[in-house]
Amino acid sequence: MSKLVAFAAIQGGYKVVSTAEGEFNKALASFNADSKIEFPNTGYYLPVIYSLTGMKVETLEDLKKPLEFARGLLPPHVKGKNHLPYLGPLLDAGMAAIFSYEILEALRILREPDYYLPQEDPDIDAGKLWVGPADDIILRKRGVEFVDGTAPGFAAVVGSCPDPETAKMIVEDYQKKNLYIFCAAHHNGTSVIEQLIEAGVQVGWSTRIVPFGPDISSAVFALGFANRAAMAFGGVQPGDYKKILHYNKDRVFAFVNAFGDIGTEWGVAAAGCVNWGFPTLADTDIPEILPTGICTYEHVVANVPHDEICQKSVEVRGLKVTVSEIDIPCSFGPAFEGERVRGADLYCQMGGGKTQATELVKMADMKEIEDAKVVVDGPDVGDIKEGETLPLGIFVQVAGREMQTDFEPILERQIHHLINYIQGIMHIGQRDIAWIRVGKGAIEKGFTIKDIGVVLHAKFHQDFGKILDKVQVTLITDKKKVDALTKTARAEYKMRDERVEKMTDEDVETYYSCTLCQSFAPTHVCSVSPERTGLCGAYNWMDCKASFEINPTGPNQPIEKGECIDPVLGQWKGVNEFVNKASRGAITHYNFYSMVIDPMTTCGCCECIAAMLPSCNGVMTVGRDYTGDTPCGMKFTTLAGVMGGGASSPGFVGHSKFNITQGKFIKGDGGLLRVVWMPKILKEEIKERLEKAGKAFGVPDLYDKIADETVGVTEEEILPWLQEKDHPALKMDPIIG
Amino acid sequence: MAEITKKKPAKTPKLADPQMASIDVASQQMIARSHELGVETVFDRAVNMKPCNIGIQGICCKNCAMGPCRLPLPKGGIEGEDERKGLCGATPNTIAARNFARMVAAGAAAHSDHGRSVAEVFMSAARKETDDYKIKDVARLLEVAPHLGVATKVEVDGEEKDRDIDEIALEVAEAAINEWGKPEGELLYAKRAPAPLYEKWKKNGVIPRNIDREVVEIMHRTHMGVDQDYKNLVKQCTRASLADGWGGSMLATDLQDIMFGTPYPLQSEANIGIMKEDHVNVIVHGHEPVLSEMIVAASQTKEMLDYAKSKGANGIQLGGICCTANEILQRHGVPPAGNFLQQELVIVTGACDAMVVDVQCVFQNLANVAKCFHTKLITTHPIAKMEQDNVIHIEFDEHHALEDAKRILKLAIDNFEKRGTEVMIPKQKATQIAGFGVESIEYHLGGTFRGTYYTLNDNIINGRIRGIAGVVGCNNARSQHNNECITIIKELIKNDVIVLTTGCNAIACATHGLLTPETAAVYCGPGLAEVCETVGIPPVLHLGSCVDNSRILLAATEVVKAGGLGNDICDLPAAGSAPEWMSEKAISIGQYFVSSGVYTVFGGVLQVNGAPVFQDYLFNELEKVYGGKWDMYTNPMDHAHAMIAHIDKKRKELGIDKARERVLMDMADRQALEA
Repeated sequence: MSKLVAFAAIQGGYKVVSTAEGEFNKALASFNADSKIEFPNTGYYLPVIYSLTGMKVETLEDLKKPLEFARGLLPPHVKGKNHLPYLGPLLDAGMAAIFSYEILEALRILREPDYYLPQEDPDIDAGKLWVGPADDIILRKRGVEFVDGTAPGFAAVVGSCPDPETAKMIVEDYQKKNLYIFCAAHHNGTSVIEQLIEAGVQVGWSTRIVPFGPDISSAVFALGFANRAAMAFGGVQPGDYKKILHYNKDRVFAFVNAFGDIGTEWGVAAAGCVNWGFPTLADTDIPEILPTGICTYEHVVANVPHDEICQKSVEVRGLKVTVSEIDIPCSFGPAFEGERVRGADLYCQMGGGKTQATELVKMADMKEIEDAKVVVDGPDVGDIKEGETLPLGIFVQVAGREMQTDFEPILERQIHHLINYIQGIMHIGQRDIAWIRVGKGAIEKGFTIKDIGVVLHAKFHQDFGKILDKVQVTLITDKKKVDALTKTARAEYKMRDERVEKMTDEDVETYYSCTLCQSFAPTHVCSVSPERTGLCGAYNWMDCKASFEINPTGPNQPIEKGECIDPVLGQWKGVNEFVNKASRGAITHYNFYSMVIDPMTTCGCCECIAAMLPSCNGVMTVGRDYTGDTPCGMKFTTLAGVMGGGASSPGFVGHSKFNITQGKFIKGDGGLLRVVWMPKILKEEIKERLEKAGKAFGVPDLYDKIADETVGVTEEEILPWLQEKDHPALKMDPIIG
Repeated sequence: MAEITKKKPAKTPKLADPQMASIDVASQQMIARSHELGVETVFDRAVNMKPCNIGIQGICCKNCAMGPCRLPLPKGGIEGEDERKGLCGATPNTIAARNFARMVAAGAAAHSDHGRSVAEVFMSAARKETDDYKIKDVARLLEVAPHLGVATKVEVDGEEKDRDIDEIALEVAEAAINEWGKPEGELLYAKRAPAPLYEKWKKNGVIPRNIDREVVEIMHRTHMGVDQDYKNLVKQCTRASLADGWGGSMLATDLQDIMFGTPYPLQSEANIGIMKEDHVNVIVHGHEPVLSEMIVAASQTKEMLDYAKSKGANGIQLGGICCTANEILQRHGVPPAGNFLQQELVIVTGACDAMVVDVQCVFQNLANVAKCFHTKLITTHPIAKMEQDNVIHIEFDEHHALEDAKRILKLAIDNFEKRGTEVMIPKQKATQIAGFGVESIEYHLGGTFRGTYYTLNDNIINGRIRGIAGVVGCNNARSQHNNECITIIKELIKNDVIVLTTGCNAIACATHGLLTPETAAVYCGPGLAEVCETVGIPPVLHLGSCVDNSRILLAATEVVKAGGLGNDICDLPAAGSAPEWMSEKAISIGQYFVSSGVYTVFGGVLQVNGAPVFQDYLFNELEKVYGGKWDMYTNPMDHAHAMIAHIDKKRKELGIDKARERVLMDMADRQALEA
């Protein structure tokens, strides 16, 4: 009966709020009132509180307001007989508890700054099991997966299963369904995370099994993650609680699995989650709440058997996940992409400096190849001993009426993640520097090199069925034949690179839109041209073209660029018309090559953000993996908050890393030579291309003239250095015209 | 030759059979008690006097001195052309339509004049002419203000700021009072209706110009020799009734909420058993909460409680009858002692130390019953006095409201000692949860953060709830007290129809235990029971007094706005009902419900069947104009099933008559989501 749930959860609400108040008062006794309160390296303050109420918590004393708010939300207790309505009060109590849990977690971080290991993966050997709130790098990186649909949602798993095997079975099922598994709380002295570790499952963001924390309060990080994603990618304004919660209900397919006894504190957390539209499924006998409304379907479903809970959960949440059933002995899916094969687990490897490993996709004549033919030319893993190596050539031939040679590199690029999707196999690198590590677990399950061919054949058909009809894979492990393939491949790579690099915006009449993010960022429209790749770094012009051919009604639509309005700033009539329509009149026009005048809009997914540095007469750019301060006075996260969400913000622009060295990068503002600062990590990453581009612009030592954080993180600090280096930007026309 | 007329021997009047008179045990006991004491009540009169069988058909015209012209329908009905006409030639349609229109006018006038009184007190409060009334619910004021064209924000140096509350209140008061008599423009609240409904009204030319004018115009049009086209008369009925439902009544509700607080669910009791032998029992009866609010306040003062104790009482027990009861119930939890037909019975207890009445639905016979006991009957309103000499008139003035209230209470307390020995209070009383409103329903359907009518809609769409019924109205001594109300509602909830109720019907529901959450498991179909259990609500929601039928209109509008059930009130799987109606106000309410798109069924009789063409216009043709229509059933089960059939028809039109499929969203579906 719902009444019992309401009764218990509202009690839980009082308990949790009182606990938070107690902890707050204790903290006030031992810390200064102005002590900093934060989730390290995250924007959005305490994100649940900030997103729903607009209250910014920055210091210890700032916690007072949200605590009072939580207390104010607590409804009267439910009477045994002739009670007043309780659904609204129950949800309010839930929210009060969620706010309190977030406060409790913030206080824990204040008390024990090192309690959580703020990284993607836990350090189990060092006993650092819990990663705590995802920092902004993780949010941006992983959030994009929610945006592009790689991850349809998350399972918030609390408690522990009866045994490690059950935990493993359930979590692996979610992995196969591409969901993230956010874990918190314990039951019977253990937790799902500890059970998984015991069962030998790799946990961490990279395998989508996130060990948030050991207590029920740690579950609040899942909600914080969801709300941050809504603000970062959905452009929802903090304080607009109705919109943010609806956004979650409609777009974030999450649910709670409660394993173990549900006390009042879990109960009130579950009630809190219902505010988000996230239902709870439990393995225990608790009262069910089946009518729909706040959640899309049922609210609380009880007594679900462990072997049915995954299927039941996605069904209750109204989610359809397509699990690619591929005939290989190992599990397969994006959740296994980030899984590593460590030294101790290694059975054998190919490439990676030990041997040559090369990958090549070529278009073939329809008559020339046989679909589904997978040949292993040379010894397979069964023929070698543990610890040995093999050379490897992966040669994929594809044929189809719609196939073009332009699509070859696109297909080839899939090889990396597709092989990584196989549980127990790790793939690094690409082209002729590929490296494959095969784990013992995979061998035990019966993995052979042939399975790589099976995967590539199946997935190419699944994902690119519109352009290809036949796929034949040859897996070469004979050294001589691998070397021969490598030679052919290198010639092919060279030709391709030249073709792409030489391609300019003037060469084509058609650009492409990208609205891939619209499931998350509903008003944002990217335009991609040959010299302006998508700001997320994932899509270049050729990718968009192929994507359009594959799915003509999909997120990449052709834009006839039309009459050129401004060749320097990069503005076209056709593009303006398209953008005006696609943004429903919000954006009437923008420039491809300028960050100063009407720049292109930016969603939250951009790899880098460029910002103007007026005193240096130049610009800086910062990638999302750099968390430090920058000369524009804002960290990446702050910048993304300021200019993300589908707005055109003069003085700022989002772009991809690759775009920096493309010919048209902020050409209207002076081009690449305007760049006076970027973080070292980015500078290093694009060093080779930066040097080449510098040479092309007549400044061969440009790399050495661009400042980084070792020079300074304010304009005052870097300006003398730039002057000393004689940076070309200093001699350009004033950046603000 | 002189005719010899046999003089009939004087008959002793018959007495009502208590069991036949009411289904409520407390009432049965009190009727029996009245017989023991030789006190005559409405129940006895009903068995002795039959209704006029010509008037009941609606075709007696007494609008001029050439008549009354009576055009009864021949027993076998009309064959061929209907040639009946009055002296002036008025057809049965004209006569019935004029009589009907005058009922609408009287009903609309009653509600709207009540609204005006409230607006005038509100004006005094806004002007700070009185200390006794204040702006209690600022949030509600801010919500109402925009609908009256009053800004709640003001721009200061280019910055938008909150406007001064007193300033807003004053402007709201002015704008509200203006609605009764403004020289031009249209009723401002008409725009609160769903846009397609407003457009429909606009197209048909029935948007009220001001509240008073529409009532006056009915009186003019129904004067001898003016409007003699029943369709044109019905059009004016619509206009006047809208001026009531979306005007006078709605303003009364809004302004009362602002001054006295918007109701939120609370627990209370109902029935005569709430009276206490050792307390001073003060029964307030009528419709306006303006005075009764003050009586509630005064009854809680130490001064009054001490005074009561000094007279040997253990306290002061307030109770209500009719809508005054509902008003103080929904805001203060003061229990109703009964509904319309129980007004004499509370005096029969012998424990009613004072009955304080304001306006509407007050039996003149109360004075005769009071005379048999020690009860002081006090009239308080200048427009509602009584001729009997035992009635005390204490005119209530909002400028000295609390003082007046105390004066009245003192009178009651002084009277406590004068009780006779014949006190007999029935034990029956029931618990109820009351105090629902548009705002509180929204809150309870999802809390502070997710509160929305969509939760209701979703469960209508998925079929757990079949539809919504508004069951309202009075009691009528021509049918068994409370029986029709309760029979119909039980049948509705059994068929998963959620019920919104107001007025005396709501008190009937409370009396018979339908307003408790526990009721759901006992009487509801499985779907409705499950939803009630989830939200923690009774299957029948008490939305207040009869002016609060405006809450039902706005709740219906919220349901439309929440989406998924069409674009207009007439699209909703919903129906209206007044099972035991008796007052002209009910006719006005019925007409504004019909004109707002609701299929509305009346129980008992509707005085139109003497004019079959006119009746057909109300029962069928109107649906083509407004989407709603009238209907009438004498049998309560037929009545309920006519409503259910209509609900099913609407479900089918909406395409929700089949089980909803579970939609599982994949990536493409998610990308197709609208911004």
